[in-house]
Amino acid sequence: MRSICLYFQVHQPFRLRTYRFFNIGNDHHYYDDYQNRHIIRRVAEKSYLPANKLILDLIREFGSAFRVSFSISGTALEQMEMYVPEVIQSFRRLAETGQVEFLAETYAHSLSALGNKDEFYRQVELHRNKVEQLFGYKPTTFRNTELIYSDRIGEMVADMGFHTMMTEGAKHVLGWKSPNFMYCNNINPKLKVLLRNFRLSDDLTFRFSSHEWSEWPLTAEKFVYWLNAIDAREEVVNLFLDYETLGEHQWKETGIFDFFKHLPATVFAKSDFTFGNPEALYNTLQPVSAISVPHPISWADEERDLTAWLGNELQDEAFAKLYACSQKVARCTDLQIQKDWLFLQTSNHFYYMCTKWFSSGEVHKYFNPYGSPYEAFINFMNVLSDFIIRVDDAVAAELTVSMVPDSVPDPKPLKTKKTTAKAKPAAKAKPAAKAKPAAKAKPAAKAQKKSSKSSK
Amino acid sequence: MRVLMFGWEFPPHITGGLGTACFGLTKGLVKHGTEVIFVVPKAFGDETKEGFRLVNASDVSIDFKESLNQEHWKKFQYMEIGSNLVPYLDPEEYEMAVTKEVRETISGSQSVFSKQFTFSGKYGPNLMEEVSRYALVASSIASGNTFDVIHAHDWLTYPAGIAAKHISGKPLVVHVHATEFDRSGEKVNQVVYDIERQGMEEADLVITVSNFTRQIVLEKYGIPAEKVFTVHNAVEPVDRPELDGVQKHVREKIVTFLGRVTYQKGPDYFVEAAYKVLQKDDNVRFVMAGSGDLLNRMVRRVAQLKIATKFHFTGFLAGTEVDTMFAMSDVYVMPSVSEPFGISPLEAMRSNVPVVISKQSGVAEVLKHALKVDFWDVDALADAIYGILHYDGLRQMFIRYGKTEVDNLKWENAALNVIEVYNKAVYR
Repeated sequence: MRSICLYFQVHQPFRLRTYRFFNIGNDHHYYDDYQNRHIIRRVAEKSYLPANKLILDLIREFGSAFRVSFSISGTALEQMEMYVPEVIQSFRRLAETGQVEFLAETYAHSLSALGNKDEFYRQVELHRNKVEQLFGYKPTTFRNTELIYSDRIGEMVADMGFHTMMTEGAKHVLGWKSPNFMYCNNINPKLKVLLRNFRLSDDLTFRFSSHEWSEWPLTAEKFVYWLNAIDAREEVVNLFLDYETLGEHQWKETGIFDFFKHLPATVFAKSDFTFGNPEALYNTLQPVSAISVPHPISWADEERDLTAWLGNELQDEAFAKLYACSQKVARCTDLQIQKDWLFLQTSNHFYYMCTKWFSSGEVHKYFNPYGSPYEAFINFMNVLSDFIIRVDDAVAAELTVSMVPDSVPDPKPLKTKKTTAKAKPAAKAKPAAKAKPAAKAKPAAKAQKKSSKSSK
Repeated sequence: MRVLMFGWEFPPHITGGLGTACFGLTKGLVKHGTEVIFVVPKAFGDETKEGFRLVNASDVSIDFKESLNQEHWKKFQYMEIGSNLVPYLDPEEYEMAVTKEVRETISGSQSVFSKQFTFSGKYGPNLMEEVSRYALVASSIASGNTFDVIHAHDWLTYPAGIAAKHISGKPLVVHVHATEFDRSGEKVNQVVYDIERQGMEEADLVITVSNFTRQIVLEKYGIPAEKVFTVHNAVEPVDRPELDGVQKHVREKIVTFLGRVTYQKGPDYFVEAAYKVLQKDDNVRFVMAGSGDLLNRMVRRVAQLKIATKFHFTGFLAGTEVDTMFAMSDVYVMPSVSEPFGISPLEAMRSNVPVVISKQSGVAEVLKHALKVDFWDVDALADAIYGILHYDGLRQMFIRYGKTEVDNLKWENAALNVIEVYNKAVYR
């Protein structure tokens, strides 16, 4: 009885508008609203909505035997709420089936795990609450931004109370080992680690529609044949994909939806595989060994390292200057500052500054709104410079307020004055966090049902 | 006096100081009653017309069937820049085949040349070709107009000036705004250098925009000293009341570099000086406005020095953006490695901005109320910037006297000097 763990990442960044030096200190709106709205609407129409419908149909058809899991970044959720609330609705319908697991990640799909521990914890908490508030599901499995993982990050994740984490089955980490087993963290063995089978996953995300690929066209039958070829002792095949693979990166015309439509039936008919969620896998699989990852890995590019986001001078400078704000931002109560702080941390901004155009340039370029990494850097730093001014002003204003007795009017009416007044709602997310502890029991029960079905 | 002038850019399509200078000078000449036929490679239709005839070279059709032009063409051949003169050939064939090819084409197929030539108006990859075609059209213009003297601005138009001279027999004055040595340091482009030198040699008289440039013309091009005259550039007075409303939105003082981000302009020295100043004083922002082949390297360097939240890039600025930038600035820095003149500090001073300029610039010869440093002396540069930012007395003095100084640098006066050179050329 072996499992396929089918997991989708759903993420959209708040892309920045062209923000010039002349705007610094003057204009505090940073986002390309038109572009952001346009893109999420397009992706919703081409990918999220039809894909959700497909999955809902499959769940209805196969019951508890078919399961998937999602991690939806906080920035994607916010954009859906703003521009395509029907997508939230359709995810909710999926959640109601009980067959879908939602994972936690950093709210802003950020690199905070590498930048600032407090911020990392804070964002994970924010995201966990957001997911619970929207879908009534309290995540127990963690998926860091772009599957970034290291022993240290795993340790922090365990410390936050997660029992399972996902990452890339990077060749240079695994060596001769197979990704198709449960592993555990090298520092805290209580944290189980699922490793992405990058060959089979990339067959779907990158190669599916490539006519140059010798295996094209890929059918469900062929895919199941490959699954069957996997050594019978191996326990789990982790297919971790961008959700946009369905319909956006691989257009509908490539047959990607048909592939997924037929996959479950073919799996059940022609193999001993079934579909399992991380929660179920956590309960059923024992780690075969610890996986040692002293240096962070990710699922990006050939290198499977951080160089898509960090490493060149531009990225390192932007990253350092951004996280140098953490302390001050923590003292700001202004809601918009808090929101901007999150959105500026989104990893995409650093991805746009990547200069390794020549290896996987095409992939990078496809997602990059800027003409060059230099332009991306200049624009981001202009925005960040303005943000720093606002943060400094807000901190200064707060100091003034706290030192001056209530009766005395504010001697220096800075712009931030009004913002200190509407401070409170920052705590808004908290109450939701304590909500339902019941969620945990559910998936375990489902796991049993599933096993009974697929064993027939 | 009637002048046939070959310029390059013209407002509002100006990419550098050359266009600004041509325009200012032309206006100055017209003011003194000089007639100017100003020729630019491409007219977009909205150039301002103030008392001179604007000829759009692209509108001039050359018909080689006319024996008159055939005659001119032969003269042109004699000038040894024939290799560049033939349109509609591949660049590879071009270099070698030209001279022979030309004769054949002319006597043979005539239709090829009975076309109108179009010019892109910008510095582009086909520059040589365009410059040559421009010269070709110039000869046609020259034969259709009467004038007393020909005036060609910078190497782009020297071939045109030479062509016009050969056809009309009128004296040629070439105006050196920059040399290949300024643009490329010691790595000169031989083709460009040759055109420049030939232009200066064929010219009856040479005008340089500064003594700094005059020296280069004498030393590197071997032009006799008695033929070369310095006429310093000037600056157009402006009254732009709308700029009084310009506000800067950051608290910090702003130190500005504005110009092409190229080797010639010394942007790297500005970055290094910015770093030094920022070590002492956090209350300042640096802005590099402009673009160029060194821009990416500068961005990288700024990131490396970890000053990117205090050092900003605006990209290329045009028109009112330039004025806005000046209006926001507290110090203007021009650290040019080799600057024949450098009009931008004058524009800054006109906007009441104190300036730091390199000694390796022509403008340093005419300005008293500016701090002058060697471009390579980053410490001195940083020191000068810091001084203007922090010592109010110094700043006030520069602002007060600087403005007056610049207001006295009028194109009308520069134009008088140019007319004097014309007279020398015509009556010598």
